[in-house]
Formats: sequence, C-alpha cells, structure tokens
Amino acid sequence: MLRILRQIWTTGLLTEQAPSLQDADIQALGAQLKGAIDARFGGSLAIRQVDAGSCNACELEIHALSNPYYDIERFGVHFVASPRHADMLLVTGPVSRHMETALRRTWRAMGKPRFVIASGDCACNGGEFGTSYASCGGVDKVIPVDLHLPGCPPAPDELMRGILALMGRATGR
Amino acid sequence: MNRFEWLSGYLAELEDEHIVVHSGSGEALAPAHLLHVDPEDWAKAAVVAKNMDLRWAGIWGDEQAGEIVLSAVVARPGAYLVLRTAVPLERPQIASHAAIYPGANRMERHLADMLGVRFTDHPDGRRWTRHQAWDESQYPLRSDFPLQGLNPKRTPADSDYPFPPIQGSGVYEIPVGPVHAGTIEPGHFRFQAAGEPILRVEERLGYTHKGIEKIAVGRDADGLARIAGRISGDSCVAHTWAACQALERACGTKPPERASLIRGLLCERERVANHLGDIGSICNDVGFSFALMQCHALREQWLRRNLDLSGHRLMMNSLVPGGVALDVDAGVIETLRKDHAQLRAQIRPLFDIFDDHPSLEDRLLGTGRLSPETAKMLGVSGYVGKASGQAIDLRKDALYAPYTRLQFNVAQSQAGDVAARLAIRQEEVHSSLNLMDEMLGMLERLKDQQGLHVDLPARPGGEGLGLIDGWRGEIISYVRLDRDCRVARFFARDPSWFTWPALEQLLPGNIVPDFPVCNKSVNGSYSGHDL
Repeated sequence: MLRILRQIWTTGLLTEQAPSLQDADIQALGAQLKGAIDARFGGSLAIRQVDAGSCNACELEIHALSNPYYDIERFGVHFVASPRHADMLLVTGPVSRHMETALRRTWRAMGKPRFVIASGDCACNGGEFGTSYASCGGVDKVIPVDLHLPGCPPAPDELMRGILALMGRATGR
Repeated sequence: MNRFEWLSGYLAELEDEHIVVHSGSGEALAPAHLLHVDPEDWAKAAVVAKNMDLRWAGIWGDEQAGEIVLSAVVARPGAYLVLRTAVPLERPQIASHAAIYPGANRMERHLADMLGVRFTDHPDGRRWTRHQAWDESQYPLRSDFPLQGLNPKRTPADSDYPFPPIQGSGVYEIPVGPVHAGTIEPGHFRFQAAGEPILRVEERLGYTHKGIEKIAVGRDADGLARIAGRISGDSCVAHTWAACQALERACGTKPPERASLIRGLLCERERVANHLGDIGSICNDVGFSFALMQCHALREQWLRRNLDLSGHRLMMNSLVPGGVALDVDAGVIETLRKDHAQLRAQIRPLFDIFDDHPSLEDRLLGTGRLSPETAKMLGVSGYVGKASGQAIDLRKDALYAPYTRLQFNVAQSQAGDVAARLAIRQEEVHSSLNLMDEMLGMLERLKDQQGLHVDLPARPGGEGLGLIDGWRGEIISYVRLDRDCRVARFFARDPSWFTWPALEQLLPGNIVPDFPVCNKSVNGSYSGHDL
C-alpha cells in the first residue's frame, strides 16, 4: 500500500503539470467543451461508442481520452454502456455490412435528442476500405450523421474538438 | 535437427505413406519450403506433419485458371513448409485438416465461405465469416464475384446462427454483443452458465469483415501496404512489415540494412505501447485502477514520441514497400536512448507492485488457465502461447533482419493463467527495451549508409511469404502478383486466428464476471481475424 501511495505521490497530477503547449491547448479546448455541454446537457454528456467495423486504431485513441493527460471525464463527458443512457453516438469504422443492422438498432435505442459523430476517415466515407460487398462505406449511409470528424485515426485532441464542434451546432434533432 | 535433416525426414515419412511429392522448391516461397502434393494426399500430408510434431499455421486458397490452389503452412521453430495442391473450380473438394489440427477449424470455414472450397469431414459445417451480406452460393473471393457484391439491399442481422443448445436445471445463456458495453471491437459471445461459473462459451466473429482480401486485389505495392496497416490498428507496423516483406520477396529484393533496423525499432515500439496499455487494462479489469492510470500515462508519453518520430501516434504509413519512410538520425537516437532509460526507471516500481500485490495475486493467479497441451493443440503463438509453454517467437528463430544479429531470451511460463500472461508482457517490455537499445547502436554504426528504401523490381507473377513476429505473435502474409505486378492475391494470417479459440478453451470453470480480465489478457484482434 505504501508503495502505491508513494508512486501516486511521485507521479503527481499529470493533467495539470503537463508542460507542453499541446497540453495547454487541451486545457483550453476542454474548458470550451465543458461550457458547450453545460448549456446543452446540464453539465454532462453521455457518449455511447460503437465500432461499426473499424481496424481498432480509432478505439485506441478514444481510450486515450480517459488517460491522465486528457481525462475527458473532468469536463462532464463520459462513456456509457447502453445506448439508452446516451446523448451521443460516436461511430468508428466503415460500417461493415455485418454491423449494419446492429448500428441501426443501437441508434434507434437512443433517447432524443440524439447526436451522431462519424469519427475517422472510414466512418466519414469508407476510408481505405471504401464501399464493397462487405462495407456500406460511411456511417451516413446507414444512420443520419451530425458531424464528420476526419483522421486516421483522429487523435485525442481532435476528438475533443469534434465533440465541441457538434455541441456548437446542436439543434435538437 | 537442422532444417535440411528435418525436411528430408518429412519427405521420407511422406514416401513411407506413398504420398507423391510432385515438386519441391526452397526458392519459390523462401525462406519457407514449398511442396506440391496431390489433393487426395492432402489430409495424409497433414497427419505426417502432425506425427512429426509440426505446428499448423494457416491455409489460404487462390483461384487461378479454373482451379483453386490451396496452400497450407506447417512449421517448426525457424522452419516453414508450405503444402500446396489444386482442386478444380467446378468441384473444389478437399479433405479437412481440422480433425487433425483443431486450430484449422475456423480458417477452413473462412475459406469455404470466401472461396467455396468444400472441406469433406470437417468437424463443424457451419458458416463462419459469412453472415447475411452474401448468399450461401456466392463466394466473394471468386473472380466472377463483383467487388460491390450481388445484394444491394440492407443486410439483416445474423440472428439464426445455430449455437448448440444447452439444457439442465439452472443452466442459462447470456448473449453478449456484437455491440459491447465498452469501447471495443464488435463480436458476439454466447455464454452458457450455471450460477456464476461458465460451463461453455462460444464466439461468433466476422462482424468487422471488411473484404480486405478482395479489395487488396488489383492494388499496387503502396496500396497494399496502406491496407495492411489497417488490418488491425494496434498492429499496423507488424502487419505492414509482413505485407512489405512478402512483396519484397515476391519481387526478389531486400530493404537496406538501415531500413530493416528502423522497421525493427518501430515494431518493438508498437509492442511496448500495446503491452503498456494492456498491462494497465488487465489490472483494471480486477478493479486495480491505479495500474490503468499509471500505465496509460506511460503509453501516452510513448505515443507522443511516436508522433515526433514518425508523424503518427500509431506509426501508420511509416513502412513502405522496399524500406521505410522515415529516418532515425543521431539526434533521434539520443532522444530514444533517454526515453528507454526513463521508461525503465518508470516501470521498475510499477512492475514491482504488480508482481506481488496481494489483491492482484488473489484475482489473477489461476484465473483463465490455458494448459500447455491446449495451447499446443491450437498452435497459439505470442504472449498467450509463451505463457502456456509455447516458445514461438519469429525474432528468436532468426528468419529476418534485423533480428538475425540480435540476442534475447524468449519469456516463457507453463502456468498459462492471466497472471502468467501479465508477467510475460512485463518481461517483453524489458526485452524490447534492450533490443531497441541494441538497434540504436547498430543504427549509429551504419549512419553513413545511404538510402532508406529500394525500388521493387518488376517480377510479374511473383509470390512471397511475409513472416513477422508482431506484438501479438506470428503474422503470416501471402502475396501473389499478377502479370502487371499488381496484387492478385493477398492473405494476412493474424495470430488471433488461434488465440480466439484459446479464449473459448480457457474460460470454462471461471466465473462470468471474470470474462473481461480473461479476454483482455488474451486480447485477440477482431479486425485482424475478420479481415
């Protein structure tokens, strides 16, 4: 136990100590994000992430949003297990034909208002995989999309910016 | 037994079984040895291989001039043998290897779904990669199947896959997925349980099938490298390397020595990044979130260095056919040396805690045990195999540069539980750091060598086999070029083909709530498997 406490103590708060300009950007971006979410969702935004056929690179970067450097939860953004608890669907991958119905059902299970971000090049337009017998292409071929967020994969700071961009545009579909 | 003795032993055994080997070549798919056999001897050739304790490592098919050419790989440490035969397209029937090598089960079913090969005596006649996007009588990898498919309508859910039923007092089923509760890839798990313990679990994969084998056809070398980097996003360096190596061998060339070293460096960086993330996540799955935060902070620092080094946090697009697209100069070498020393200092106190923390011991020791016998039966490589006594490591078996000139010990355990897989990953972080330091020294000595890539010579119709040890284990990549030197056939065999069945085997007897930690300790790739 003492070793753990010592390790935590010596590690310190990475989120605030982070020295580079990049981390300052993250702080500013996060503050704006929280403002937008406060206005629309009373302080919290629940995101359900769906991998509709990605290569998993997008998921790795979405995971990074929860690491001590980005810690997106401090801005009221959290990832939920059920679409019924979600305000936003964050979809990655070209939509594989085998995931087409699962994605549509997940979207239908959400309460309204609901928002959809197509995250990553594949989710935007099929990316490297395009459209084929196995791939529907972009997410908007299957469900309505509010924001297209390019990148292969989008980096954590780009994901934060994307969520913010959507909040600025949210109209209550 | 050296490679030649082993091969002549195998050939002698085949002769004893009256199996005719039509031709053999040590060149066509070097470093593997290629043997042509009759289709009726297909199963017998596998039986002989099994009796000689060879591991089964993959199968693919290739439509060529009215035939389907089948290639199956069997191996022993450092030596690969490709068995090849052909069956007519109008009657593509062949004996199954799955009864001899259980690890062949799903890959043969994939081949049946994709190319219409009919495996006689297959122990499991159900479809595998095919859900509802194409019909039973359609085969996407056939040349007459259009890329856009034959079914423009919406694809319904695959709701009638025949899972074997289970009955009994208090026995129940839990269907999970394809959309999981966490931020992970899609797949379906069907748990059959009584009380908390799992009686049986069956996986249903194929949800991320994106037609990689089909869309690779017709691409040029650079296009193939791009798609290979997206087979499994956590293994983009390893898969790109395997595809590039296959291309280079198909064209009869080699990357410059410095390029190989840089590839090795990036591949080890990928290994460290993934192990750091997974070590934290495994501990978190038993409620030890301290490890998650600590390890993911280290992973983030590591990914930021990847960005400085390659312009991409996951190092995508860093490897190109013939070499690499980035240089490692004296300044970078210095920075990386400091990074390595820093990471060593950072993981020492952490790994000490993970090694003997009572609550981790309590939850991880004995959990999710894969016996060495089962691991061997399935042909599992990587950290899952190493934790269950299978010391398969292509870097050690010295089949490719730069590892031919590097020394390290392959971590190994017989325990086979989650704790062992965690320990192997920790050891691999250390050995990767040592390997990378050595590579930096070698790069320094070669600093005056010019050129980071070579052009691929045109070799129409060439074929090559890429064999790379990725962080997850052995990757086999096959490429055949057409007359215009574009890709005619591409198959990438991710190690997950064998670790997914291993997960099914190690779960029974564990409690349902331990599924996440068992799954994370194995961490199969859905996308790498589904293609």
